[in-house]
Amino acid sequence: MSDAAPTPRIVTANWGNPEVFGIDGYTAAGGYEALRASIAMTPADLIDVVKASGLRGRGGAGFPTGVKWSFVPQDTGKPTYVVANFDESEPGTFNNREIVEREPHRFLEGVAIASYAVQSHLAFVYCRGEFLWPGEILEAAIRDAYARGVFGASVLGSGYALDVVLHRGAGAYICGEETALLSSLEGYRGQPRLRPPFPAVEGLYASPTLINNVETLANVPSIVANGAEWFAGIGTEKSPGTKLFSVSGKVERPGNYELPMGTPLRTVLEAAGGMLAGATLKAWTPGGSSTPMLTAEHLDVGLDFESVAAAGSLLGTGAIIVMDETDCIVEAARRLVQFYAHESCGKCTPCREGTWWVSRVLGRIEQGYGRGEDLPLLDELGRNILFKAFCALADGAVSPIESSLKYFRDEYEAHIAERRCPFTGKGPGAQAEPETEMSEVSA
Amino acid sequence: MAVLGDDDRRAAEAIMARYPDGRARSAVLPLLYLVQSVEGSVTRDGLREVAELLGITTAEVEAVASFYTMLRLRPTGTHVISVCTNLSCALRGAADVFEAAHEATGVEHGEETSADGAFTIHEEECLGACDAAPVVQIDFANHDRVSPERMHELVGTLRSGEVPEPSRGRAQKHFRDASRVLAGAEVLAGAEESA
Repeated sequence: MSDAAPTPRIVTANWGNPEVFGIDGYTAAGGYEALRASIAMTPADLIDVVKASGLRGRGGAGFPTGVKWSFVPQDTGKPTYVVANFDESEPGTFNNREIVEREPHRFLEGVAIASYAVQSHLAFVYCRGEFLWPGEILEAAIRDAYARGVFGASVLGSGYALDVVLHRGAGAYICGEETALLSSLEGYRGQPRLRPPFPAVEGLYASPTLINNVETLANVPSIVANGAEWFAGIGTEKSPGTKLFSVSGKVERPGNYELPMGTPLRTVLEAAGGMLAGATLKAWTPGGSSTPMLTAEHLDVGLDFESVAAAGSLLGTGAIIVMDETDCIVEAARRLVQFYAHESCGKCTPCREGTWWVSRVLGRIEQGYGRGEDLPLLDELGRNILFKAFCALADGAVSPIESSLKYFRDEYEAHIAERRCPFTGKGPGAQAEPETEMSEVSA
Repeated sequence: MAVLGDDDRRAAEAIMARYPDGRARSAVLPLLYLVQSVEGSVTRDGLREVAELLGITTAEVEAVASFYTMLRLRPTGTHVISVCTNLSCALRGAADVFEAAHEATGVEHGEETSADGAFTIHEEECLGACDAAPVVQIDFANHDRVSPERMHELVGTLRSGEVPEPSRGRAQKHFRDASRVLAGAEVLAGAEESA
């Protein structure tokens, strides 16, 4: 990054103007002009623009958005659906929520443009149930968009018809996984489905379906307005654009920070005011709890898909959870694995049983009842979960296990040798009788 | 006795009509929220009525309801207090906040609902508001940066019959009303004004 260049803002460009929350303010700021321009293009040309921009999905996987749009067939004789994934639940992630709370119409404009591109006439917004208020914001925004002729029988007077429906989930992390989301939206338990067929071909109601994340869709109006080249010129060559990084944990100013893809962690931390009360960085996740932890050695890793992968982790959702030298890694890993144990949908044995056992073993180590054989046991449990289940939830559970053992094995060994947590001091301690049993297991 | 009254049934029809023809089953979650808004939890009668509305079996509806944590198949307090204890909140002291929730509400350890039926408390997975850790939801309204002392205050406010002001948006009176909003049965009139 050049020192002189101002930081480009895309999804947060209008956040300084509180008026963009409502449809009048959004329209006054140029909102829905990109939709008008999109409808003046052929769907194929519109898809080419998004392809040329290089935009990649912001929900974690990083798949090229325009390519995804082009996969939706147009000759099936079935309706085509668009589903916006607002089931934001990856621990540490809160950028979709703030986009909706500040500028809901930017996101809805992206929904409408995507719908036109794949010639869908019905779009669903799958909103996480716990997001009671963001859901109410969207209900009101959708209603306003209908009232202004942005949605409905003739979008902006073009003759193209689009209905948009808000659908609320009911508390299940797995529904962020796109095939589980579809099961949930169809009225079933939110369990993932086998792919192929991919949702583009057989998604909602076994019909062609495009599923995109909120941040991805919120980028689209700016790409249409400013051109693919403009967007491709921001960030890195293979990961263009910006990322809205969610920074939480031990920093002075937790929050969402929009920075170009490829920005090193060091700069993101500075944007968030640096470490809390001058603490020392110990570990961090680049993209939520499903992405392997990195350490202070990785301060200069650029936060784009390729650079984070080269460092042995994943960009994921760009959710950076920051831990300092006072935080116990065993407890952090235990807390994260417990999440996966709770959220496992139960379909696959390695995930359902494996996450439960790992959280038990991590629990006893943290409480000072670990055994010498526990570390090889954790290694083995991790190997038996990774890539052995139907969907990526199980793989996400392995990330905190493997990465914490890789970088902080000495901390695990200290728990076992001292028979207590070195940070909290809790546990029977090295002087206790060897046969002391754990009174309580947190799992 | 029927769970859903005439108004509720009209709301149920409107909810089902949001989905394409023949796809009314997609409305199972909002309909479950609707019966939860009447009874304060999802009872056998509620499951049965949802099944009748959708033309599927009660067992099929129960299979769905039991998958989702926001649908409560057990007796539930007037207010549901969710304390996020996932990593970002844990790093900022969430364990003490959850302990304070136990103290303030009188919910025993290992239990989830207070003996007087006023409160259900539980540890919540990430609520997607980690910038405001530790985060608490009361009947799904967000409260940011809640300290143990603040938790006592919030519960005290609820005990006095008031609804504590949330950090963002608007709060519902209790879990039942929040469930009604989740069902999509309420049309929001004032989002712009209250934001």
